[in-house]
Amino acid sequence: MGDPILRVENITKSFNGESILKGVNLSLGKGEIKILIGPSGGGKSTLLQCMNCLVTPDSGKFWLEGKPVDITHKQELYDLRQQVGMIFQEFNLFDHLTALDNLTIALRKVKKLSKKAAIARAMIELSQVGLADKINLYPAELSGGQKQRVAIARALAMDPKVLLLDEPTSALDPEVMGEVIDVIRNLAKQGMTMIMATHQVSLIRTLAHEILFMEAGSVVEQGQPDTLLVPGSRSQDFCDKLNFITGERP
Amino acid sequence: MIESVTAIKESLPYLLQGGGITLVIVVGAMAIGLILGLCMAVMQVYGHPLVKRVIGVYIWFFQGVPILVLLFLFYFGLFHYIGLNLSAVSAVMVVLGMTTAAYQANIFRGAILLLPQGQFKAASAVGMSDFAAIKSIILPQVLRLSIPAWSNEFSIILKDSALAFVLGAPEIMARAKFIASRTYQHLPLYIMAGLIYFILTWAGVMALSKLEKTVRIPGYSNKGI
Repeated sequence: MGDPILRVENITKSFNGESILKGVNLSLGKGEIKILIGPSGGGKSTLLQCMNCLVTPDSGKFWLEGKPVDITHKQELYDLRQQVGMIFQEFNLFDHLTALDNLTIALRKVKKLSKKAAIARAMIELSQVGLADKINLYPAELSGGQKQRVAIARALAMDPKVLLLDEPTSALDPEVMGEVIDVIRNLAKQGMTMIMATHQVSLIRTLAHEILFMEAGSVVEQGQPDTLLVPGSRSQDFCDKLNFITGERP
Repeated sequence: MIESVTAIKESLPYLLQGGGITLVIVVGAMAIGLILGLCMAVMQVYGHPLVKRVIGVYIWFFQGVPILVLLFLFYFGLFHYIGLNLSAVSAVMVVLGMTTAAYQANIFRGAILLLPQGQFKAASAVGMSDFAAIKSIILPQVLRLSIPAWSNEFSIILKDSALAFVLGAPEIMARAKFIASRTYQHLPLYIMAGLIYFILTWAGVMALSKLEKTVRIPGYSNKGI
């Protein structure tokens, strides 16, 4: 097996003296899907944001396709972020730009594509998430599910090697959650390498190649779903609680 | 009564020329304030702590000292001291510009903090540099959000520009005072001066209100961006 697409080692992060990440190691192979679960405040979001340095870790090493990345070097940092896409819980679309321009702006400013090429590329991604007919709408004119699909298309337009998804469905109501889950499932089918924090038990069971259970800043359990989700494990206990809350069947 | 009408009639073109100079002062000051204020606001939010402190002192100084004192301080003191030989009009423009920059910095800083900060993260996440994210994502929204407060600042600076007459800048107030002291028609001339200020303020505020509507982002209510 070749080098992992993305590997991070000994990531630590503290806020106001409180240790949020306590030396997390993680690697993602090509096409691999890892799912982070665990109680709120366990460090899942911080870990994801440290993985493309939106939150600067206090310590840690990064490798992208086997090559070390010096995150103190600005250009290497921007390149890392470009290749490690991020989907946020709150979508974070650019409010002053249409759905189309939300995609084209990065293509033009970062990838330096011509206007025509950027629009063509953006149209492909927006079509893939089923929004070809909404390209001229502004974020305030889109539903939550549509906003999240635009956000996914925006990340995909940059040709990321890895996608980080931070609870992509948790800000959505059940009516539109399905449309975003379908897009994520399609990405999985296409072999996109992903790491996702989620409380969606159906996604955990059906998509994960590996589950990482995080608590108090550390990965306390790690393994494939069929070996980890067994009675008595911390992960199974957590999923049972989620099932109880959401009414999902185990 | 006839004397008043005659005085108004004869002095109107002269006063209107003063209105042109007032406009030059105000537009120049607002432009200086816009550029300086935006830079200071960005540095106050995203800059180094030391830079933030320096900007804090600047704002504290210009908000704390009366404009008349600032005009004298700079025109008769600092400008001469550093060898800058500015005309009265230019000096007033620069001093008002530096003063409004302090207030505009707070307007823009408030607008930056009002924006959902996730947008900056999202811009970084697609590989934009901090500069590109601020320029292409943050500032276009900040400027839209700031128009109502900026409109207030415009009307305040327009009225403050009347202080320029103490340095001898030939703007509306200086001209009204000059003619009034020669013709003894104080009341009609100062009414005229006030009317010209009022019309300029009204026109500017209306234009900015129209701009606010033109650049409003679809989907947001009147209260939002």
